[in-house]
Amino acid sequence: MKNNSLVSIYDYSKEELLELLDDARHFEENPNQDLLAGKVVATLFFEPSTRTRLSFETAINRLGGRVIGFSDAATSSSSKGETLHDTIMMVSNYADLIIMRHYLEGAARYASEFSPVPIVNAGDGANQHPSQTMLDLYSIYKTQGTLDNLTITMVGDLKYGRTVHSLLMAMYYFKPRFNFVACKELQMPVEYKIFCDKHGIEYHEYTDFSEEVINETDILYMTRVQRERFTDLMEYERVKNLYTLRNSMLAGSKDNLRILHPLPRVNEIAYDVDSNPKAYYFKQAQNGLYARQAIICKVLGIKVNR
Amino acid sequence: MTKIKKEELAVAALENGTVIDHIPTQSLFKVVNLLGIKDLTSSVTIGFNLDSKKCGKKGIIKVADVFFPEKTLNRIAIVAPNAKINVIRGYEVVDKHTVTLPDDIVGIVRCGNPKCITNNEPVDTHFHVVERGDNVVLKCHYCERSFKDDEIEII
Repeated sequence: MKNNSLVSIYDYSKEELLELLDDARHFEENPNQDLLAGKVVATLFFEPSTRTRLSFETAINRLGGRVIGFSDAATSSSSKGETLHDTIMMVSNYADLIIMRHYLEGAARYASEFSPVPIVNAGDGANQHPSQTMLDLYSIYKTQGTLDNLTITMVGDLKYGRTVHSLLMAMYYFKPRFNFVACKELQMPVEYKIFCDKHGIEYHEYTDFSEEVINETDILYMTRVQRERFTDLMEYERVKNLYTLRNSMLAGSKDNLRILHPLPRVNEIAYDVDSNPKAYYFKQAQNGLYARQAIICKVLGIKVNR
Repeated sequence: MTKIKKEELAVAALENGTVIDHIPTQSLFKVVNLLGIKDLTSSVTIGFNLDSKKCGKKGIIKVADVFFPEKTLNRIAIVAPNAKINVIRGYEVVDKHTVTLPDDIVGIVRCGNPKCITNNEPVDTHFHVVERGDNVVLKCHYCERSFKDDEIEII
């Protein structure tokens, strides 16, 4: 069934992305609006994700809507063997919109094909998480005043980090320049480098996380290097502290530099960075609220009054 | 009347029907499945490990009195990209063409990603053809993973 579902950030054109950013800005100025009065939104979290769920539910509440749902598949009928198809059909009887997180990749795309109500993908396994990308775009737009011609340095796990992949592809409309900083085991996959080559996007790869790279950067996008990603644990022990950002490394950085991180962080950003005005990761999470308010209104076809 | 090749004479000539030729030997039985041959009631001749000038050994399928829709025939393109279709009427070849790989492949290929929804729910697989030619690349419509031809598994 063709509806307004948001499954992947690539479902949106450049114009739609810019429109959403504008809506997000509008919600930041005035987060409490009764645009969802009388509407019920279901948040179905087949896999727990407290951060994402709270952000979506706050967005719904601030828009005056009501929330139903579950935060863990163990408490839903899927633990009794119900298919995703049946769960979605059942819930669509009750709700005007379904926001779903699922551990299986492609789950949201599949649900969007038969659901009578729109689906918003809040993460499907290692595949897509478009509201995260939207809040990253909004954070970049807000701190830089533009999305065009920026130098973005991505650090950490570039191989498995779905947020960096989605951000890279969403930025392609805006002529970015990328630095990829990662150890050999976690480098940017070839398909994304081919994507950059195909679209004439400049990129450079580094295994050293040096101040030289930081100093030419507008957006420093840090990610967590996860132990479970390594086949060789010796290699993990060797690299785990190589990609840690410390406040002293920011001494020569540009004034407009901002540090982003999808959170949660472990040790890849030292705590002494938190007090630096260039640290933006907590504010970034807050921007998720506005980005999600904008997304919810768009998929429901609700015009945002400016 | 078109000259009938020797290897075709090794099996019965067709009055009316379809001959699928130049099937790679290792794909022959996959093609048999993809075309739903086992559900047919007309006579079918299947040639396996026949000598071929083009590809060493080949398979051939002759189906009497059945004219497959193009869409059905194109299903085999993923395993037999060079297969030749001969449409026979009154012992004459009235049409001869190769199969074409469609843009979308539905319900034929299994997704190699165990965490893909298609391996966990009763849903038809769906792939988009992103590269054609000798190095076919398919991308899963659902989990968005890409697979090269040597990784492609037929259901």
